[in-house]
Amino acid sequence: MTGLVLAQAATGAADTVTTGEAVAFWILGPLALAGGLGMLFARNAVHSALWLAMSMLSLGVLYMVQQAPFLGFVQIIVYTGAVMMLFLFVLMLVGRDSSDSVVEVLRGQRLAASVFGLGFGVLVVAAVARSLTQVTPAGLNQVNTTGGGNVSNIGRSLFTDYLFPFELTSALLITAALGAMVLAFTGHDRKRRTQRETVVARFRGEHARPSPLPGPGVFATANSVATPALLQDGSVAPESLSEIIEATAAEQLAEDLAEVSGRVAGPDPRALRGPAGTATAPPGASATAGASAAEGES
Amino acid sequence: MTTTAVLAQAQQRLSNAELLADDPLWLTLIKVVVLFIVVMLTLALLVWAERRVLGRLQNRPGPNRAGPFGMLQSIADALKLSLKEDIRPARADKWVYIMAPIIGGIPPFLAMAVMPFGGEVTMFGVQTALQVVDLPVGVLVVLACSSVGVYSIVLAGWSSGSPYPLLGALRSAAQVISYEIAMGLSIVGVVLFAGSLSTADIAAAQSGGWFAWILPISFVIYLISMVGETNRAPFDLPEAESELVGGFHTEYTSLKFLMFFLAEYANMVVVSAFATTLFLGGGAVPWPLSAIADNALSSGYWPLLWFGLKTALLIFGFIWARAALPRLRYDQFMKFGWKVLVPLNLVWIVAVTALRVLRNAEGVTSGQRIVIIGVAVAVLVLGSLLLPGRQVADEEPQVPLAGSGYPLPPLDLTVPTPPRQRRTVRARAEQPREAVTASGKEAGDGNA
Repeated sequence: MTGLVLAQAATGAADTVTTGEAVAFWILGPLALAGGLGMLFARNAVHSALWLAMSMLSLGVLYMVQQAPFLGFVQIIVYTGAVMMLFLFVLMLVGRDSSDSVVEVLRGQRLAASVFGLGFGVLVVAAVARSLTQVTPAGLNQVNTTGGGNVSNIGRSLFTDYLFPFELTSALLITAALGAMVLAFTGHDRKRRTQRETVVARFRGEHARPSPLPGPGVFATANSVATPALLQDGSVAPESLSEIIEATAAEQLAEDLAEVSGRVAGPDPRALRGPAGTATAPPGASATAGASAAEGES
Repeated sequence: MTTTAVLAQAQQRLSNAELLADDPLWLTLIKVVVLFIVVMLTLALLVWAERRVLGRLQNRPGPNRAGPFGMLQSIADALKLSLKEDIRPARADKWVYIMAPIIGGIPPFLAMAVMPFGGEVTMFGVQTALQVVDLPVGVLVVLACSSVGVYSIVLAGWSSGSPYPLLGALRSAAQVISYEIAMGLSIVGVVLFAGSLSTADIAAAQSGGWFAWILPISFVIYLISMVGETNRAPFDLPEAESELVGGFHTEYTSLKFLMFFLAEYANMVVVSAFATTLFLGGGAVPWPLSAIADNALSSGYWPLLWFGLKTALLIFGFIWARAALPRLRYDQFMKFGWKVLVPLNLVWIVAVTALRVLRNAEGVTSGQRIVIIGVAVAVLVLGSLLLPGRQVADEEPQVPLAGSGYPLPPLDLTVPTPPRQRRTVRARAEQPREAVTASGKEAGDGNA
């Protein structure tokens, strides 16, 4: 709605702030600011990324309000849709419980960061101050009304006046993509083995074991993937424990793990089939025992 | 911004953007509400239609109990689903878990706002167009909405706090992002021909011929990538019903699950409507009917019908593909997207651009044009002959074959007789069973 109102109002004056624009700014500005602060102060890395995404979305809408619809939507597609999504991918694959390392790898990192941060702050303040006092805004009206409008003019500028920087940017991106491919390439240019050859290799001992890893939940108390498999004697099959699950859910499942691994006296496996009197072990006792065992470990 | 952009193009007929610029606020609100209701009803109808058509294609009736032809089935389903217990896993990230389905449900409805359902009409005494808003970057709005929709998938998978949804979400998001590239590239040709990013302008630019005819390769690639984009069969790898637990929404129940369900179907409608806009002439009436009364069937409220029919046809294609095609393997699917669709699209865009330059260049006669095109085609054909053919594997057969080429048992095969003890046991067991079958037969006769 505000966009439409603004579109009609904006044709009038170039440098006055209309009501709609002011309303949009006072909604989006605090949102963007909150996003930035949330990004800084969120404990969880994924939450940080989400706050940043909110900031970017608000900026995108602000661009649209400022008569730059192309820039606004490209901001949403490229930054919110592509860049932040890749960030999220990495964060999720790394695991949400992985904490920041506090060891400084680079020498003098903090000093350099403070100096550059201060320098950047000075630059921003100077630029903003100058733009508020000395620069007279040209406005986008002229650009948006002549020569096919906003999108056409951006295209024309990109492919005429700014062709070289534009191509340079694309060269940079291609270099980055190629670099990522080279780094990620593991170099398996050998011929791919057939299934038969793989099986033979397995039994020849080229793999750690001839059979696949035991599936989670086999011989276990539940068929959840988070439950380790139990061997015939009731002990935990260590190969059934997924590293991902261990990393993400170790604390939450410590009690259950302790229980199924036999470190805590749980209910007797034959209890269900035994005589009626011995069927149920007191559940509270085993739970507290599990908790104390988990605490003792960690 | 919309008015100014289009005013420069002086046209006799007012374009949609000009018509919409003077809309009063209440009219826009009415349009938004009507569009929302229509889309919601379409979704209910779509869920029912999919199950009916699928049933038909598989030689079974499909839902036929609730209402006439089972048409109220989706309402019953929605009621049932919303009354289910709302479960939040203990290890879920509370706010993100709640937010994810909401983020997924909104973008498709936003994208529907830029669809040009039709041209000029008079609504409540106001001259306007059958469209909620026409932006100079309408195509980007749809792409932006779909890229925001990916968040819902990824966040749902992650916030559930369980490995299955996380893996499903990563697969799903990777798929959507990959096919969004193919989709975006297939739109480039359309934008080149229409000379505008506005959806209404693109639909209007097809009065001389639908882009589906002019840009067939773009159209086919769009059709394929729109199925991949919406995670539908045969590309429904993230939630492959017969293989996986449930994909990114494994842990969701009740209304939140309903929201995902709704978002998937709404996305189907959006990409189909978008295909109608880009390639099938929007609300323009199809060819034999366009001859009637100087294209009278393309004016007024008629375009709504044609737009709806074309969209419905594309959605039927979705259902048909689901019934007819087997699911691809994940690596095959990714390979197809990145190594076939994207390069093919790039080559096609270069070809289209070259053709357009040839057509617009001055001083090139049509004869020279044909020669240039012919040479290019000849070079391509000759070049394709140089490509190495597929290697035929001539391995030794692993199974020893006998005689006819089929693996047969040896002719002197003797069937081993079971040990004596077990035979007697079985014979003893078989005697009473005969009696049982006889009585069972009588009972069966009685039932019949």
